[in-house]
Amino acid sequence: MSLIQAISAAAGGAAAVPAGPALGLIEQLPGLQVALPMLGAVLAALLRPGWLAYAVMLVVALLSPVISFAILHEVLAYGPISYEMGGWEPPVGIEYRIDEANAFLLVLVSIMMAMVTIYAPRATASEIPARLHSWYYAMLLICFCGLQGMAITGDAFNIFVFMEISSLAMYALIAMGKDRRALVAAYQYLVIGTIGATFYVLGIGLAFALTGTLNLVDLAVKLDPVQDSRGALAALAFISVGIGLKLALFPLHLWLPNAYAFAPSVATALIASTATKVAVYILVRFVYSVYGVDISETMAYDTAFVLLLASIAMIAPSLVAVFQSNVKRMLAYSSVAQIGYIMVGVALLNEAGLTGGLSHLFNHAIIKGCLFLAVGCVVYSTGITKIDQMAGLGRTMPLTMGAFVVAGLGLIGVPGTAGFVSKWYLIQGAAEVGYWWLVAAIVIASLIAVFYVGRVVELAWFREARGAAASPRAPAPEMLAVTWALALAVLYFGFQTDISAGVPAQAAEVLLNGYTGGAMPVAETQGGVSLGE
Amino acid sequence: MRLDVILRIAAKLMIPFIMLFAIYVQFHGHYSPGGGFQAGVIIAAAVILYAIVFGISAALRVMPRAAVEFMVPLGVGIYAGTGIVSMLLGRPFLDYDPLLADPVAGQYWGVFIVEVGVLVTVAGAMLAIFYAFALRGRP
Repeated sequence: MSLIQAISAAAGGAAAVPAGPALGLIEQLPGLQVALPMLGAVLAALLRPGWLAYAVMLVVALLSPVISFAILHEVLAYGPISYEMGGWEPPVGIEYRIDEANAFLLVLVSIMMAMVTIYAPRATASEIPARLHSWYYAMLLICFCGLQGMAITGDAFNIFVFMEISSLAMYALIAMGKDRRALVAAYQYLVIGTIGATFYVLGIGLAFALTGTLNLVDLAVKLDPVQDSRGALAALAFISVGIGLKLALFPLHLWLPNAYAFAPSVATALIASTATKVAVYILVRFVYSVYGVDISETMAYDTAFVLLLASIAMIAPSLVAVFQSNVKRMLAYSSVAQIGYIMVGVALLNEAGLTGGLSHLFNHAIIKGCLFLAVGCVVYSTGITKIDQMAGLGRTMPLTMGAFVVAGLGLIGVPGTAGFVSKWYLIQGAAEVGYWWLVAAIVIASLIAVFYVGRVVELAWFREARGAAASPRAPAPEMLAVTWALALAVLYFGFQTDISAGVPAQAAEVLLNGYTGGAMPVAETQGGVSLGE
Repeated sequence: MRLDVILRIAAKLMIPFIMLFAIYVQFHGHYSPGGGFQAGVIIAAAVILYAIVFGISAALRVMPRAAVEFMVPLGVGIYAGTGIVSMLLGRPFLDYDPLLADPVAGQYWGVFIVEVGVLVTVAGAMLAIFYAFALRGRP
């Protein structure tokens, strides 16, 4: 150090500038939230054998929810947090800006990561060759790091960087699947994901050309006077389509079913429960916080279009899911449908709808995480992925299939489960603006879910077990424990809605106000964009 | 008499200068176009030229696969580690001011260390990609 100081004194020679006050641990939390998984990924990639890398991942994954809960607590108690990355003041430097909306998302992603990590070791041992374990864990951590970064950052270009970080890790994770088709699935996702990222960056480029800033809050302020200009609308269009590809909004979802179906179980559960959710958040952030819901008359047609797409997304992929033979593919199509629900909530542009959308984002993450982990248990014990081979599994693996049933009920939206709460808000939001056809679509899509979930449940519980299903290997206790923890969470959040609907309600309020401070009251906004006119 | 003698002599002459140029680009990243990424690519290009002219096994003796795969995370580690040091010194992630007594010097050397990390990772990643294609089908 002293040598470097001597050299630098000779090289620099400028007078010392007093540094700002030292930051405590609490102030450092936003930085740690992203830095910790990144450092963990580095260690995991360097360490051999695989279990050492796993130990690193476990430490990171268990610390992250602590950090994100602390951040959520800070935000709920004292309001939005701003963290100056690298000590550069926003809007010049990269700002990590956390309010209710993304604090909630950070909690969700880190909890799912912790769950999946506890579940991971034996599932990984049975699916991934031993020499790749360290890289696999490193990829999971990088994916996690990228998702947390996308959620936490308040800089439009930084979002792109983290989007690439998480997507690249996801391509690698999907390609590591046992089935050779995983390679094609990963390649498809790579092509489509890259197009999505390119569109996003084109949109950012247009917005930057108009305003000269990349900071989201600053962007919101500077876009305000020009937001009806063609450039601003084109930027929004590029961003929406780019993110639409990432979040698999129908009909941009074609990469998703194969990617989910052929990725390793752990990777599927992580990606399915977090990646599309973070993309939804980015879209919500741009539409609500940066542009603001009062943007213009043009917006009314856009949201009508998104509502239409989202309604088709709820129903068409659900119908496709009914006819799938691979259980993971079936759940993947169901995910596309659930993204439809979330997008309905987002596009309704009222508080109940947005609350429902954000709440469904949380609930669906838990439900689909639980379902994919239950399927992972089945794959681990029997190697079965085809639905018709699952006959009788309920009798030979009652605990696993029990969790599947509970989460399946949540997916349908049976009262008493988490899925019901969010769908209730969605229906309320749709009814508020008088879209009864949308209420009908939500109900119909839920009824179709009865068919595809019911098909598996009927086979598993009411048929005789044959073949591999008759003699499964004993499931690993930690895998079952995590699956059931999520299944119980599905039930818990069906009754206790403080976190799963209370925080989304606060987040929805913050989002509807936008960064520029809610110049337009919600009710007024309603009239401006209502389709009834 | 081997027919590729001109190539071999020329490559032997050029490789040291390519490496030297990489270091120049690395050190001048602050003042002129360049930096860790470009320097890393140039270093990788030197090794790839060596592999093309003298054969992949000769290149593997100079740069074993394990070393290359070690370099990829190591560079990210240098980068993220610098950020963590700033945090331990009570400033935000990747704030170079507190790294040295003089903040200007801290910025200068902080950026330099981070760029070294970039160089290590980029050179490693480029070579890893090259090896992955060149050694396809080998155990």
